[in-house]
Amino acid sequence: MTNAWTDIKNTDLVIVMGGNAAEAHPCGFKWVTEAKATRGAKLIVVDPRYTRTASVSDYYAPIRPGSDIAFLMGVIRWCIENDKVQWEYVRNFTNAALLVKDGFGWSDGLFSGYDEEKRDYDKADWDYQIGDDGYAKLDMTLQDPRCVWNLLKAHVDVYTPEFVENVCGTPKDRYLQICEMIGECSAPDRVMTSMYALGWTQHSKGAQNIRGMAMLQLILGNIGMRGGGMNALRGHSNIQGLTDLGLMSNLIPGYLNIPTEREPDWQTYMSTREFKPLRPGQTSYWQNYSKFMVSFMKAMWGDAATAENDWAYHYLPKLDVPTYDVLRMFELMKQGQVNLYFCQGFNPLMAFPNRAKLTEALSKLKLLVVMDPLETETAHFWENHGQYNDVDSASIQTEVLELPTTCFAEDEGALVNSGRWLQWHWPGGSPPGEAKNDTWIMANLFQKLRKLYQDEGGVFPEPILNLSWNYADPLDPKPEELAKEMNGRALRDIEDPANPGTTLVAAGKQVKNFTQLQDDGSTMCGCWIFSGCWNEDGNNMARRDNSDPGDAGMFLNWSYSWPVNRRILYNRASADMQGKPWDPDRKLIEWTGEKWEGYDVPDIGVTSKPGEVMPFIMNQEGTSRLFTRGMMRDGPFPTHMEPFESPIANVLNPKMRGNPVSRVFVDDAEQFATSEEFPFVATSYRLTEHFHYWTKHNKVNASLQPEFFVEISQELAAEKGITGGSRVRVWGKRGQVWAKAVVTKRIKPMQCDGKTVHVVGIPLHWGFMGAAKKGWGPNSLTPFVGDANVETPEFKAFLVNIEPAAEEPVA
Amino acid sequence: MNIDLTRRGFLRLAGAGVAATSLGAMGFGEAEAAEAAHVRAFKLTTTTETRNTCTYCSVACGIIMYSKGDVKAGEIAEIMHIEGDADHPTNRGTLCPKGAALKDFVKAPTRLTRPRYRAAGATEFQDVTWDEALDKIARAMKDDRDANLVQVNEAGVPVNRWTTTGFLAASATTNETAWLTYKAVRSLGIVGFDNQARV
Repeated sequence: MTNAWTDIKNTDLVIVMGGNAAEAHPCGFKWVTEAKATRGAKLIVVDPRYTRTASVSDYYAPIRPGSDIAFLMGVIRWCIENDKVQWEYVRNFTNAALLVKDGFGWSDGLFSGYDEEKRDYDKADWDYQIGDDGYAKLDMTLQDPRCVWNLLKAHVDVYTPEFVENVCGTPKDRYLQICEMIGECSAPDRVMTSMYALGWTQHSKGAQNIRGMAMLQLILGNIGMRGGGMNALRGHSNIQGLTDLGLMSNLIPGYLNIPTEREPDWQTYMSTREFKPLRPGQTSYWQNYSKFMVSFMKAMWGDAATAENDWAYHYLPKLDVPTYDVLRMFELMKQGQVNLYFCQGFNPLMAFPNRAKLTEALSKLKLLVVMDPLETETAHFWENHGQYNDVDSASIQTEVLELPTTCFAEDEGALVNSGRWLQWHWPGGSPPGEAKNDTWIMANLFQKLRKLYQDEGGVFPEPILNLSWNYADPLDPKPEELAKEMNGRALRDIEDPANPGTTLVAAGKQVKNFTQLQDDGSTMCGCWIFSGCWNEDGNNMARRDNSDPGDAGMFLNWSYSWPVNRRILYNRASADMQGKPWDPDRKLIEWTGEKWEGYDVPDIGVTSKPGEVMPFIMNQEGTSRLFTRGMMRDGPFPTHMEPFESPIANVLNPKMRGNPVSRVFVDDAEQFATSEEFPFVATSYRLTEHFHYWTKHNKVNASLQPEFFVEISQELAAEKGITGGSRVRVWGKRGQVWAKAVVTKRIKPMQCDGKTVHVVGIPLHWGFMGAAKKGWGPNSLTPFVGDANVETPEFKAFLVNIEPAAEEPVA
Repeated sequence: MNIDLTRRGFLRLAGAGVAATSLGAMGFGEAEAAEAAHVRAFKLTTTTETRNTCTYCSVACGIIMYSKGDVKAGEIAEIMHIEGDADHPTNRGTLCPKGAALKDFVKAPTRLTRPRYRAAGATEFQDVTWDEALDKIARAMKDDRDANLVQVNEAGVPVNRWTTTGFLAASATTNETAWLTYKAVRSLGIVGFDNQARV
């Protein structure tokens, strides 16, 4: 989230699209109710189903799964056509005025540079025109036909209300009513917030769905505003923290990158990262990359990381492919190229697509290690559970170790919530039996492995032997010790550049925050964006002062928010070019004539003059981006793409299937279904009574929603002869499931490109372990393909068929 | 900070004081004793309160856990009750149908209590000790890494990449667990590394 849960109360209009907050984030959704009750805010819901969020909305419209980009580009077109634009914001705070190279263009739903063979674009022309002075050229009058604004206008021109109705199945009058409501928020004193979740991410073009809304929010001037922003409602309790800490194939903590093999040395790696400003006088904060990176290497390898050995650069692995993400790993596993696999509190057998493929892959491992508080399906994948897990145990040669871990109630440390608050928690119960904290398990395992390398030698042992491990008890590092490493400290006295001869931070002291980090090896810091969380003031994540000056919703003294305790990202953009808040009632920070101050920590140098340094300090341009240059694989603007399994062809280019640059493995391509074989669109979702595959282990929640069901419209039920409460079979190209049918008015057939489209809703909380009645997850049916940029699987739009099934015999 | 005198503790002390004084002053001492004799004691009065956050979604509602026994004092502690933290700015004491049943997650009958091993082709797990389990894993990792670490690519560039072992981390663990996991996994050269953010 750019903003915080408590900030939603400041909004005028909430749009929930690509999520279902009332169901999946109930206590956060309370702030929507608060905004409705106290300031008359309105709620719009756009969703294939009339959800629990829709049931308390002011306006609802249906949409066909996987068609969100067409809808969003349509809204942008409508706003431009009807002058619902926050002009001063767009002109100054976005890259609307920057000029784009002449070679960039598009046709037939594809951008320039497409190579069908490689399934990739040559992105060289997706960039700005650079002037002789080395800066990007621009036209502040927005007249130049090559400026971003005019290219955007031309790009969205095709997305007429008729196009949107035809592709999305959204009735035109409903769509136009929503455009009107959104358009009102282009006024400087009207603000909309976007709340989305996996309904947008789990598509082969998920990142572009989100781009679409981010662009709309910029055009309305709603980024950086109280009550505005792009608010990703994250799933698990610390999924934000694990993303921040870079526990992903290609990441280093704080959104730094694992090198690729095209970067054979430190200088090459650094040369493409310390971005120089593209406009005069801009901050381009990533110029500090080397300070964060060197401090990270010192946190990892201490004295073994030196200037002479490029800070132990070769201790880091170098990637030959963009990512070894989970889909790729299971593909490799299926090919017999993976021997060991660890699942630490992760149940991939239920969480990734095409369960038959997952079972086949896991069966080829030598050893599977599962660490979890609960008995997961993954740990028991080899166990026969009749129709629910019909495997031949004897033929599965995989050895499995199942290790008992503590749960939240028995563990200490911090979690990062969706709004980037790092909140400390304490243990209140003793672990059951021999269960151990994950830190104890990782420490003991690592020390045993290190001992083997010490005793026996082995291949490239240096990064293991030299890994920094300065804990009082090497077999049981304490949360405090680990948190302090993430914050960072001085390794020798650091001189104060403002007062030469004096010490800024003494050797051994915690740094105050990341502004004190150095790239000469004199500081260490595990995760620069968390720096400040545990400094010489103590554990700032444990702060519990819930006062809220100005009733602004910021709560600056409650826990710690990254970066530097800032609660709303880009908050400099909440004020105009002179530094005055766009809306005095929504003041966040303002320019006093000498400095920035207000209710939040300014997202700009406190003495950076308005008009000189622009608000988007992380970007080379100083502005936000309506046009993303070559930073996304599938285009600098979002363009309509169908799901890989779609009931209709792409109207922009009928030959194009799915996302033209998504990675598709050969076997999986052969398993994509067509609408001739499988006529109905399916989509997956959560229920408020359950959390993923955990709560079915809990009798209370298992009783509240005891049995796997699928949801269909009355029309589809009538067509197929299905009655409510009866048993049905749902099947696709990759598998089949049996479920109770819920026949509902919440789903209605839609008309798309001359076809009637039926939607089958498939909730995801049942499996073959735990207290609830056994069932299946949607992943028995879903396609094994991910988003082109981040490989998030396409769970939200795929094809199935459905028919009545014989009732189960009563036991 | 987790203050020592909790809100409920304060009410308990204050309430008892007022009742004793006023009832005593009004001559109701005996009535109070009679009342106390047949009213069941409030179960949570003898418990330890601990602040935590809900383990499910990333709204991260504040919760108060009540336990018999005090972990901080080195005692064995059993969670008796969990409720919303009214002081928390986000949830202000409210919980959803999942959060309201957190205690039953902590005490689920399918919680794991000891390390278990499943042999190739077996139909059941068998109990093992922590040492046996971790020794087996460490040995398997070393053998696989020594056999399969890609040290240089075809161009001779050092790449130190280990692709035959993968690690999925848990996005419900703490930052502190995640950081220690990161250090260990990356130092080995593992690139098949992800968490639920990938889904």
